[in-house]
Amino acid sequence: MKITKLSTHKDQSLTENLLDEPIVSSNSHKFPENPKRELDRRKFMQTSLLALASSPAMVMADESIKNDFPAWSTTPGKGLNEYGQPSKFEATTKRGIAKAYGDLAPGTGSARTPIEKLEGIITPSGLHFDRSHNGTPDIDPTKHQLSIHGLVDRPLNFSIENLLRYPMISRTYFVECAGNSAVNIIAPKPVQATAGTLHGLISCSDWTGIPLSVLLREAGVNPSGKWVLAEGADAPGMSRSFPIEKAMDNALIALYQNGEKIRPEQGYPMRLLLPGWEGNMNVKWLRSLKITAEPTHTKDETSKYTDPLPNGKARQFTFELGVKSIITKPSGLMKLPSKGFYEISGIAWSGAGKVARVEISTNGGKDWFDAMIDGPNHAFSLVRFRAPWNWNGEPAFLQSRAIDERGNIQPTRAAYKANNAVDGRYHNNTIVTWAVQADGSVQNAYL
Amino acid sequence: MHIYKKTFLSVLVLGSMIACTTAQHQASPNLGQPMSALEIKKLDISIGPDGVGLPVGSGNAKLGAKVYEAQCVSCHGVKGQGKPVDALVGGIGSLSTDKPVRTVGSFWPHPTTLFDYTRRSMPLQSPKSLTNNEVYAVSAYILFLNGIISEDYELNQQNLAQVKMPNRDGMIDFSKEKAVTYK
Repeated sequence: MKITKLSTHKDQSLTENLLDEPIVSSNSHKFPENPKRELDRRKFMQTSLLALASSPAMVMADESIKNDFPAWSTTPGKGLNEYGQPSKFEATTKRGIAKAYGDLAPGTGSARTPIEKLEGIITPSGLHFDRSHNGTPDIDPTKHQLSIHGLVDRPLNFSIENLLRYPMISRTYFVECAGNSAVNIIAPKPVQATAGTLHGLISCSDWTGIPLSVLLREAGVNPSGKWVLAEGADAPGMSRSFPIEKAMDNALIALYQNGEKIRPEQGYPMRLLLPGWEGNMNVKWLRSLKITAEPTHTKDETSKYTDPLPNGKARQFTFELGVKSIITKPSGLMKLPSKGFYEISGIAWSGAGKVARVEISTNGGKDWFDAMIDGPNHAFSLVRFRAPWNWNGEPAFLQSRAIDERGNIQPTRAAYKANNAVDGRYHNNTIVTWAVQADGSVQNAYL
Repeated sequence: MHIYKKTFLSVLVLGSMIACTTAQHQASPNLGQPMSALEIKKLDISIGPDGVGLPVGSGNAKLGAKVYEAQCVSCHGVKGQGKPVDALVGGIGSLSTDKPVRTVGSFWPHPTTLFDYTRRSMPLQSPKSLTNNEVYAVSAYILFLNGIISEDYELNQQNLAQVKMPNRDGMIDFSKEKAVTYK
């Protein structure tokens, strides 16, 4: 027996509901509907349809089932294509652009990862944040090489073609700009924006490449070589110094990102990765590694990326990123449709290695409970944490607080402000607060 | 005894597998090509605080003002006062106040950074296009505007690194420390 024309049934609204399933659009910042209620509704409809199907009154003329299906189920889909793209209904899942100097320097500033629209721990390559200092260079890999020189026995050039022949390793590492979350420290009042706009200078990829130690051993570092100056082939020749110990420990020359060749905005054809250290040091479009006795004191390790203190001094070479976490769902500018069940979901990481624990508070830090760390927990990687939450419809202050394997814990905003100059902005790993209003709207808040 | 032998054997095999894996990642096909002295000279543009790497050349603030007018003023403003981009001048003595102004004059600890950055990154629309003499001259102009050197001081390969910046001792070396933590 076949249901032919459901719409003739007296309960027309029921069938319309079935054909017109609600699509949770990413355009709005709506929180998904209560999943349990949704399940109940489906069960009810299935039961009703069974009842309809067994009713002899429903047998109609011989018709096809076509009208019972949406257009995409009754016409051939699009042909095969060479490089897949996200659904057009996800067009708003994109990076937010912040130009430091407007159109004067369109390639100076940042494109921020929409962390509130992503799940899991891997950032799609096209959504990895991009902080550049004068645009993305268009590098021909056949005309680009890596040079290792300075205090070495054998100064060497490595072509990309040759580098691709080296034994490789793959690691899941986050990259975070040291200026991430700066607005939450500088702005006197909390800026109302999405999690990505406020905290989106954090991304995580599966990187594949060559341990830097292999190339350095080939060149032969002199005992007097204590530092490495990494320099990019971009217009500003971005350069940073880092200690030789890090180079020999876990520095990576990455050629692949999430399985494919590294994206232009991430340093094509290769970038440096210094796991857990400030993003700016992970020099993109890497062209030169100079072994030196002392740090070079480049612009980006003196005038920028130093941490000014209230007494007028500044900490220099603050490489390691602090332990940090952010609730991405629910988060800024979202709206909870009603009270009831929600999953709190977020990301955590630490420059010290592994995240040991993530705690959640729904009352602004009065009480804390453990979130579940879901999926892989690699050193220097993002981890995904989750916690169930039953919202009672009253104002709530959602916070997360990560603790790393070294026992470091996220500080409060007040602690950061007390220990840094009034314009201090780097390395803001303070606890983020999302204030859920009685109407369900979610706001950025300082506690 | 037989069992012990087997266990011993498998430990040996396992051990050699681990050794192989490690060795594989440390092995190098040695495909680096030797760099010539000329290649190194062309590639190595960085200048540390000791001034090693500074090129032959010189310039003073009077000439530098002309370079600045032509290349820098549209972004850095008249006399390095800033807007639309970063100010280069002023703020000396402000760092410990509640309104710190961080410029080349007030905050940059080393004069070599000014030369290095200007030569490699500036001007924005045409980086690396200034001649060495122009970089010396415009560096001299910025230092003069900050009251660090006189207007006719001839900045050159020998003396640039000797210029004492007001914030020379303003940095705390944190390179041996771990992440900053707060109680």
